[in-house]
Amino acid sequence: MRFASRYIAGIFSFAIAAFALGGVSLADQSRLNNATALFAAGSYADTIAAIDEIGVSGVDHAPAILNALSKRRVYLNKTTKFTVYRQGSVYHDFLTSKQLDGKPEGAKSVRVNNRVRSAIKAALGTLELRAKDPATRISAATEVFNRKDVAVLSALEKLIASETVPAVKKMFLDTRAALVLAKGDAAKSDKLAAIAVMKARAKQDAMVALEVAATDTDPEVADAATTAMKSIENWLAVAANFQNIWYGLSLGSVLLLAAIGLAITFGVMGVINMAHGEMVMLGAYTTFVVQELFRAYAPGAFDLSLLIAIPLAFAVAGLVGIAIERGIIRFLYGRPLETLLATWGVSLVLQQAVRTIFGPTNREVGAPSYMSGGFEFLGLAITYNRLWIIIFALVVFASLLLILRYTSLGLQMRAVTQNRRMAASMGIRTGYVDAMTFGLGSGVAGIAGVALSQIDNVSPNLGQSYIVDSFMVVVFGGVGSLWGTLVSAMTLGVVNKFLEPWAGAVLAKILILILLILFIQNRPRGMFALKGRAIEA
Amino acid sequence: MITRHLSSLSDTGSRVFLGVLLAGALYVSVCNLLLPETHALHVPTHVVALLGKYLCYAILAVALDLVWGYCGILSLGHAAFFGLGGYAMGMYLMRQIGDRGVYANPHLPDFMVFLNWKELPWFWHGFDFFPFALLMVVLVPGVLALGFGWLAFRSRVTGVYLSIITQAMTYALLLAFFRNEMGFGGNNGLTDFKDILGFDIQANSTRVALFVITVAALALTYTVARIMVTSTYGKVLVAIRDAESRTRFLGYRVENYKLLAFVISACMAGIAGALYVPQVGIINPSEFQPANSIEAVIWVAVGGRGTLTGAALGAVTINFLKTTFTSGFLAPYWLFVLGGTFILSTLFLPKGIVGTASTLWHRKRSEAAPAGEVAPTPQAAE
Amino acid sequence: MNTLINAPTQSKSVLYLDGVSVSFDGFRALNSLSLFLEPGEMRAIIGPNGAGKTTMMDVITGKTRPDQGEVIFDDHVDLTKLNESEIAELGIGRKFQKPTVFESHTVADNVRLALAGERTTWSALFGARDLITDNEIDTVLERVRLKSHCGRLAGDLSHGQKQWLEISMLLAQDPKLLLVDEPVAGMTDAETEDTASLLRDIAKTHSVVVVEHDMRFVRALDVKVTCLHEGSVLSEGSIDAVSTDDRVVEVYLGR
Repeated sequence: MRFASRYIAGIFSFAIAAFALGGVSLADQSRLNNATALFAAGSYADTIAAIDEIGVSGVDHAPAILNALSKRRVYLNKTTKFTVYRQGSVYHDFLTSKQLDGKPEGAKSVRVNNRVRSAIKAALGTLELRAKDPATRISAATEVFNRKDVAVLSALEKLIASETVPAVKKMFLDTRAALVLAKGDAAKSDKLAAIAVMKARAKQDAMVALEVAATDTDPEVADAATTAMKSIENWLAVAANFQNIWYGLSLGSVLLLAAIGLAITFGVMGVINMAHGEMVMLGAYTTFVVQELFRAYAPGAFDLSLLIAIPLAFAVAGLVGIAIERGIIRFLYGRPLETLLATWGVSLVLQQAVRTIFGPTNREVGAPSYMSGGFEFLGLAITYNRLWIIIFALVVFASLLLILRYTSLGLQMRAVTQNRRMAASMGIRTGYVDAMTFGLGSGVAGIAGVALSQIDNVSPNLGQSYIVDSFMVVVFGGVGSLWGTLVSAMTLGVVNKFLEPWAGAVLAKILILILLILFIQNRPRGMFALKGRAIEA
Repeated sequence: MITRHLSSLSDTGSRVFLGVLLAGALYVSVCNLLLPETHALHVPTHVVALLGKYLCYAILAVALDLVWGYCGILSLGHAAFFGLGGYAMGMYLMRQIGDRGVYANPHLPDFMVFLNWKELPWFWHGFDFFPFALLMVVLVPGVLALGFGWLAFRSRVTGVYLSIITQAMTYALLLAFFRNEMGFGGNNGLTDFKDILGFDIQANSTRVALFVITVAALALTYTVARIMVTSTYGKVLVAIRDAESRTRFLGYRVENYKLLAFVISACMAGIAGALYVPQVGIINPSEFQPANSIEAVIWVAVGGRGTLTGAALGAVTINFLKTTFTSGFLAPYWLFVLGGTFILSTLFLPKGIVGTASTLWHRKRSEAAPAGEVAPTPQAAE
Repeated sequence: MNTLINAPTQSKSVLYLDGVSVSFDGFRALNSLSLFLEPGEMRAIIGPNGAGKTTMMDVITGKTRPDQGEVIFDDHVDLTKLNESEIAELGIGRKFQKPTVFESHTVADNVRLALAGERTTWSALFGARDLITDNEIDTVLERVRLKSHCGRLAGDLSHGQKQWLEISMLLAQDPKLLLVDEPVAGMTDAETEDTASLLRDIAKTHSVVVVEHDMRFVRALDVKVTCLHEGSVLSEGSIDAVSTDDRVVEVYLGR
């Protein structure tokens, strides 16, 4: 519940800022002045009125004052009206909460009886509901909702009337409905209205609130509650599926990012690049270096670090890729298994190089502000980092598709992979195209590293953890088919997330691997494989 | 028949290889057991165990070479067969601990007590019995290879695709064995062994005996593999490697040929794993790492694929280098050396040490006679 | 006396294709193709690239399954139900477009592996094929004039020699039907002529289907010709009839 309210707060962060500015006047010092006057008046009734004033004052030290009061630790000099409160052995100014050197002259403690104490308790309960920060108000209301704290009901009614932030108001209304149902002695029409509110809320906590109403003596109320619970239950089941799909797409886009570079180097060129994972790792470390530089020289612009890291990661991984292609792979074309071994060697060297330079431990890669937090959408908890990664993966995919389809490099790439000799005889520099293609695939892997640095540990082993998955994605999708890679990554992600709830994360992964192995037996060339004679050659 | 099979060991390479093994076994056991520790020629026990470990890897390499070097099946899953054989032996050794564990539970291994298990899972039954454990050492990898290979070869998954799914297989096993619920000790694996067949596993004599048995197993593995590759069967394997569809169109059931080689190779890898475990004293899921399989492929590549002696030599050489490098100030650079070896050997020594040496030898003698053991590297692995 | 000779059977057709269609992702490689081959007949198949010649071979040898149509061997065996090695065992041998021999085996071993006989893994392990005498191998190699090369590695042979070695392996298989895909591609004129006479010689005792582009070679074979186009038969008859057929000239030979 608490996290949901945080996300709501996320949406309304703008509203928060606006509200905080206006909030200064609401946290009215004058209310505290009223309270001192009332304390000075002396009767218990006056003290209770003073407690109300403190409660609605909205000042930060209000809880401290109220707690002190219940322990008779509020002291007042009736002549000067100077009031202090004590926390432990330290005295504070009642109005400003400033620390004082000692108990002022002639101050006597404000008297408290049981009626005052219960007034204090109620005031403390609603205190947070009046907090300056809307997020705090929402979480306070949520707690009241969950505790079914019916004593707060009347205070809540008043607050609803004065509440201006829509999200907070909605939470207050929901809470009121829950309290009405919990209290049980409300009028039938109120109860029915409350049931309608709970039905619209459509969450697990609404189900709990409705349980009492479902056993109501009035059959109409009970029926309405039961139908409302049924509809919520159905909705929750649907929402759980949507949530799974969302998580699945999120995992799928991680897989897509990890595999998409391989879809070029392996899928298009047929090079078994076991160092692919290390290209991802290089991208992640580039992000780390960029962020370190930002931290050192421009901490204010930290949010830009990822934007800068993307082209740099592409360049670093791409250049390393070109070096690998020119230095090793080009001597091994037509010998895929040898390529596999040589590139595995490259991957070991790169891992060790990174370990030597950056050390063997995880490096801290920070998240820019726009990646943290999240919001709630139709009951789905959507975090910004997942959302950005999905968008990012799709953008990378789309750009790659466009590059292959519409640029001259893309055209030459397709020409070379389809018929090398023909392409060469038409004047295409096949060596150059090979190097560029491999560079492109590696560079894309580097970009993926930027995104993956946000969700995974940046360590020399980063690449290793993706290599098996990446190959499975490409092979499952069908070698040579970018669309196949997309569909395959998303399918694997979603299937994985649907298996997880009943199989557990590790077993789900094992099951996926087994399913993939069986799938490849049936369609050795993947989902979207090219058929025909050419592929056999 | 037998003479024909023996004749397959009559070439120079085999004679040298088996001779070196016999001499090595004699030398090591004599110098460890009979010479005093202060003697200059004394072979310390930890060296015996180390050599034993190398030879286990050599068995694995020979097994891998049988399928890769001769049949073109690049399995990246042999670590799985090795690990399964190792676990089968490890389970026997765990049962031998009896009530001498930390929890002194006479019925359950320590890790099960720790997990609050009340009784032994069904698949642990029988492992108190040594012959049963030995059977499982070859049976479990063999059956896995049979099922996996039957599916894969029947549907003609070849080349890179086969490599990738074998890798997925060992990765799945890695994940599975990490799980505590599997009942194989999870992350920590099986360790703290006490004795084997009643002999103290730490004792010098046991160590030497295990070493000698490993030598014998390597010699046996080599002999079986050698008989296979020199027979018509071996020629068909090479034919499949070089031109699979031609072999098919000649009427050979390619899948059966591949399957037999794959299963036998898996059993050999299982034996290697079983001998490995008592000598290193532990088996854990990291043995299933895909990286281990790839490393084994490199031993074969460096030694010379398509030459059985080369595979064994490659395993021993690389692992000797590994020991040298990882224990000392050079340790941080070991992966540079290993990675560099991969790259350089594929680029400059495509036939490996033994393959290249043999080619040079034949060229020197300028004989047109058919190459002995060396099956030349295929032009294109399909 | 000679295992290579296979008396023509009494059956009416050795190969019968009717209405065979194959498509790859929407592309129709074979379009209702029909072909009829009499026992002992040699047939030349010509046609432009993509006419479906190799796909037809693939269908007959079980490499590709037809989407529809009948493929009957020897009047009674439905080839569409069998795989490559089963079809090979029935007695259909195939030479590929690109010469495919076992390059790391000697010429003699190539023939040894091809010779008729047990092919199970078991027999291979326990030496059935070791009983094959050098004499048998020599007989086969003599026919393609490679006897003197029997100790060499097949990979060291010239292109033309590899083509011949592959044909000799087909002969060693002792098939009833030989499918020969472009046997003279990349051969010198003299080699082409030799190959033509070799095939004519083989055709005396076997049914043969030859796919070839080289019209001089086809003429030298002097047999019935079928011209394929876009996956079906365009024209069939003697070489003179086919080569003067307007449609053939249009799509293939050029004016």
